[in-house]
Amino acid sequence: MSTATMTAPTEKKSHSLALKAGLLLVGIHIFMGLLTLVWLPYDPTAMAGGRLEGPSLLHLLGTDRLGRDLFTQMMIGSRIALIVGIGAVAIGAVIGVTLGLLAAFASKWLDDALAATLDILIAFPTLLIAMLVVAASDTANLWSAIIALGIALSAIVARLTRILAKRVLVMDYITAARTSGSSWPKIVAIHILPNIWPTLSVNFALQFGLAVIAEASLSYLGLGAPPPNASWGRILQEAQGTVYTAPLGAIAPGIALVSLAIGVNLLADGLRDTIDPTRRAR
Amino acid sequence: MSLVRVDHVSFGYTANRRILDDVSLEIAQGDTIGLVGESGSGKTTLLRLLLGLARPDSGTITFDGRPLDPRNGAFMRDFRRQAQVVYQDPYSSLDPRQTIQSIIAEPLRSLKIPGDHQKQVGDALEAVGLDRDVGTRFPHQFSGGQRQRIAIARAIVPGPRLLLADEAVSALDLTTRIRIVDLLAGLSKTMSLLFVSHDIGVVAALCRRIVILEKGRIVEAGDTAAVLANPQHPYTQRLLASVPRLTLNEVSS
Ligand SMILES: Nc1ncnc2c1ncn2[C@@H]1O[C@H](COP(=O)(O)OP(=O)(O)OP(=O)(O)O)[C@@H](O)[C@H]1O
Ligand SMILES: [Mg+2]
Repeated sequence: MSTATMTAPTEKKSHSLALKAGLLLVGIHIFMGLLTLVWLPYDPTAMAGGRLEGPSLLHLLGTDRLGRDLFTQMMIGSRIALIVGIGAVAIGAVIGVTLGLLAAFASKWLDDALAATLDILIAFPTLLIAMLVVAASDTANLWSAIIALGIALSAIVARLTRILAKRVLVMDYITAARTSGSSWPKIVAIHILPNIWPTLSVNFALQFGLAVIAEASLSYLGLGAPPPNASWGRILQEAQGTVYTAPLGAIAPGIALVSLAIGVNLLADGLRDTIDPTRRAR
Repeated sequence: MSLVRVDHVSFGYTANRRILDDVSLEIAQGDTIGLVGESGSGKTTLLRLLLGLARPDSGTITFDGRPLDPRNGAFMRDFRRQAQVVYQDPYSSLDPRQTIQSIIAEPLRSLKIPGDHQKQVGDALEAVGLDRDVGTRFPHQFSGGQRQRIAIARAIVPGPRLLLADEAVSALDLTTRIRIVDLLAGLSKTMSLLFVSHDIGVVAALCRRIVILEKGRIVEAGDTAAVLANPQHPYTQRLLASVPRLTLNEVSS
C-alpha cells in the first residue's frame, strides 16, 4: 500500500516560518496587552516627563505633547486592539456563520432573499456602518464600536459561509452521511463546519485586521475612547499636530497596527497549514 | 420473496418535467440486478427514491413488505441499516477531513449499532481487502481504487441486506475496475445488489438480471444472458451495438 505522506521540504519550511513569524508578532501584542492588566511603566493620563521628549531609557518611545509616556499608551493600545479584533470577529463569526448556514439550507426563495440582503449590506463600507452606530450611541464607547464592527463583519462572513456550505452540501459524503443515518445538526457539526473552517478561519484573520484598523479609524476621527483606554488611532490623532517634531507618535501606532494585522494573518495561515490534514500531508 | 418492490413510480424534480415515468421493479432477496441506461436516463434519481432521499410523486416503494416512508423515523433507522450505497466518485464520497476509522464508523455511530466499533471497522476493512490498521489515515493518502474499497467498507459495516452501487466502478482504471467488480461479486453472495452502470460489459459479468432504463422508462428487463443474447427493444439493441468489444472480452476473461 502506498503512503504518499511526504511534504515537500521547502513548502514545509515556509509554513512553519509563517507560523513562527505570526506567533512572534501576535505574541508581542498579547504579552503587552496582558502586561497592562498588572503593570504599566507610567500612569497613561499623567505627565511623566517633559513635553515631546525623544526616546530615552526612561521613555522608550518618548513622550507626547502633554508629557505622557508614549510606550505606556502603545501597550494599552495593544490591549484595546486585541479586544476589538477578538470581540468583533467573535460577534461576526457567530451571527455570520449562523446566517450563512441558514441560507445554505433555506428554500430557494428565502436563500435568494438572504443573499440579496447580504449583498446590499456588504456594499456599505464597514467603517461607515460603524460610524453611524457609534455616532448614534451618545457616549463614545468601545463596546458600541465592537458591536457595530461585528455586525458589519457578520454580513461578509455570512456570504462566505453560505457559498462554502453550498459547495460542501453537494458532495457525495453528505449524502453518504444521510444514508448512514446522521441527522442534519450532526452533519453540520461533523462534516460541514470542519470542511469550511480552514477557509473561514483565514477569512476571520483578515476580518480581525479590518476590525482593528476600522476601530483605529473611528478613534482617529474622534469617535474613540480617550486615555486611559485610548486605541492606536487616538494616539495617531493626537500626534498629528506634532508629526514633524515628534514623528514617533505617528510611526509607532502605524507599525503596531500593521504588525498585528499581518501577524494574525500569518498565524491563521500557519495554523491552517499545520492543522488541516489535507494540507499537512500533501 | 422480494426485498424491494417499486410499484408504478413516477417522479420529477420540478412539476413540469418527469424524470421517472411509471417505473416498476422488484429486487428479490439475494438477487444481483444491473440497472443500465444512458447518462441522464434517471438511474441516480431512482436510487435516491430507493434510499428515501426523495419521495415518488406517485406510486409506492416497499422494503421488506413495509412502505418506504422517510418521515417514519423508527422505520428509517432500521431501513438505513439494511440498505447502503456506494457512490461513483471516490474523491467526493469520503469526507477529506475525517479519518478512515471515523468515516467507516459513521453508520455504526449514527444508527446506534451496538458492539465494539473499532473491531467492526477493522473487520469491514479486511473484508474489502485493506489492512486493519489504516484507520488513522485520511482519504487523500489512498488511491482511487483504495478509496472505493473504503466506501464499500462503510456501506457493508452495518451489515446491510441491500447494496446499491451507483456507477461504483466507472471512475476507476480497467485493472482496478476488475478488482472492485470481483469484490462486489463476492459481497453479492451475502446481500442483494443493485448495480447501476452504463457499462454493459461489467453488468454482464456481475448481474444475474438486467433492467434497461431509457428516459425514465423501463424498456426491457430480464435475465442478463437472455436480454444480451436477444435484445427486444431497439434502445437495448443500440446500447449493445455501442459496447466496445474490448470491455466484454476483458471482463469475461
Ligand atoms: N437535483 C436535481 N434537480 C433537478 N434536476 C435533476 C437533479 N438531479 C438530476 N436531475 C435531472 O434528472 C435527470 C436524470 O438525472 P440522473 O442523475 O438520475 O441520471 P443518471 O441516469 O444517473 O445519469 P448519469 O449516468 O449521468 O449519472 C437529468 O436530466 C438531470 O438533469
Ligand atoms: Mg448518475
